[in-house]
Amino acid sequence: MTSALPAAVKATGVDKVFTGSRGEVVALTGVDLEVAAGEFVSLIGPSGCGKSTLLRLIADLETTSAGHLEIFGKSASQARQDQDYGIAFQQAGLLPWRTVRDNIGLPLQLRGQDRRRRADRVSELTALVGLEEFVDHYPDQLSGGMQQRVAIARALASEPRLLLMDEPFGALDEMTREYLQSELTRIAAETKAAVVFVTHSIPEAVFLSDRVVVMSPRPGRITDVVTVGLDGQRDEALRESPAYFERVTAVREALHGTQVDRPNER
Amino acid sequence: MSDRTTTRAARRAPLRASSVGWGVTGVLAVIVLWELYKYLGPEEGVTVGDTDEAGSGQIILPRTHDRAMPHVWAMVTRLFEPTSGGDSPLLIVSVATAAAVTLGIAAVGWLLGVTVGLGLSLVMQRWRLLEWGLLPWIVVSQTVPLIALAPVINAIGNQIDRSGTPWPQWLSVAVIASYLAFFPVAVGALRGLQSPDRIHLDLMRTYGAGYWPTLVRLRLPAAVPHLLPALRLAAANAVLGVVVAEVSIGMRGGLGRMLIQLAGQGSSDPAAPWGPIFGAVVLGLIAAGSVALIGVGLKDYRRGEATS
Repeated sequence: MTSALPAAVKATGVDKVFTGSRGEVVALTGVDLEVAAGEFVSLIGPSGCGKSTLLRLIADLETTSAGHLEIFGKSASQARQDQDYGIAFQQAGLLPWRTVRDNIGLPLQLRGQDRRRRADRVSELTALVGLEEFVDHYPDQLSGGMQQRVAIARALASEPRLLLMDEPFGALDEMTREYLQSELTRIAAETKAAVVFVTHSIPEAVFLSDRVVVMSPRPGRITDVVTVGLDGQRDEALRESPAYFERVTAVREALHGTQVDRPNER
Repeated sequence: MSDRTTTRAARRAPLRASSVGWGVTGVLAVIVLWELYKYLGPEEGVTVGDTDEAGSGQIILPRTHDRAMPHVWAMVTRLFEPTSGGDSPLLIVSVATAAAVTLGIAAVGWLLGVTVGLGLSLVMQRWRLLEWGLLPWIVVSQTVPLIALAPVINAIGNQIDRSGTPWPQWLSVAVIASYLAFFPVAVGALRGLQSPDRIHLDLMRTYGAGYWPTLVRLRLPAAVPHLLPALRLAAANAVLGVVVAEVSIGMRGGLGRMLIQLAGQGSSDPAAPWGPIFGAVVLGLIAAGSVALIGVGLKDYRRGEATS
């Protein structure tokens, strides 16, 4: 049924080797991954497993050393130039001299979109992330959570079909984090965008994703893919449900590579 | 949010008032020190190792008599007396006229220096190889004494004059001033253009932005906080450069020449040279103040200073 649409991300045998002063470091080896259009996939693993590197390869911020990588059937470089994806990092990375409005509008401005269409799109986006009252504020007048919401709105500005997120909630407190997780699942459902989400939090990955890709370091590779399959609305009730805990355990076991034989921990 | 903004503004206001207070206190302290030493210090200063021969030995404390250290009020009243006796205009009027000439030349020198400095910083940012090649020479350029350089530049200017195009003497002075002014701009702007974080550069790349959009939307705005102090320093340097160059190549009409002339008559009219000195101080303040006005127009670009 998905054969009509090209996959959002299709990686086949992707390697990434960094050449530094101390010789070569293999960051990723033999990565095969397919993310369907509209699918939410998390990359999880310990530091050094290459999850951020994989995201940067998809974003064409790094180039592959070997293998084949396609974004919606195009080369990563072409997809970047066409603004096919939006991206958000752990830091909001807003430009301090621009208001919320102008920060969100930046990708559109660089695309050469005229002022009026830009203003319309920005008001849609501020409504989507619930920041209508703050359009004329500057980043230093916003809390960390609000800045991150602006960054998400900015990532969505060019109506991308793919959203790349590198630990976007990593620097936030737990309350804000859970709130933004719920918001993100809603936004992803509304925009029907595929999401590749890098995190090191198991509950976060399970709560958000359709599939969780488990990675392991030295050399960075994919060791397991856990299908979460918790359909329907992601809400606070889900966080308490037995099905949710079961999937959290499954991902944890996949991360540790063996059956976790400590019943007390459950 | 607005609460935080207003409290921050409220905190800034008394700060500005108190900084004016400290400024006035500083000036008063200098005057008091001057007069105090003049009152307490020995008339002929303190000299060690002197023989009967005049001018021998080392003076370790300066003389305090009126020819060496005129009273502050003598300096001020001298400003309102005729420049060179008789019907000549008041000293303050002569100083103001000369200061206007110097300021005009300094402005041209500043503009030249800022243009050259910005140009250098742009090519150095664009091509790493040029940064490695140029930056050491830019630093070395500032170790060449201006006094030595000024006549050379003037001579080159006169050569150009001979081949038809008129080359006024003031332009030589402006070029010499720009030689001092370009340095802080080149170094400051380069640092500013290189200041954007990795994340911002990555973002611009994900938007498919090439060199020019990245320069206009990211690097130049990010450079503003580094550029403003550099421009202020360049303004002060330009004034200094013009005064020194006027003296060095003997250009009439400006503060530098006037200072030398009045200092030559110092023993008979000790308070007079202080007129052009005060003029130069005021000129430096005007120059730095005008640049500060540019900063007011660009205040949103300085927000980065508050957050990171």
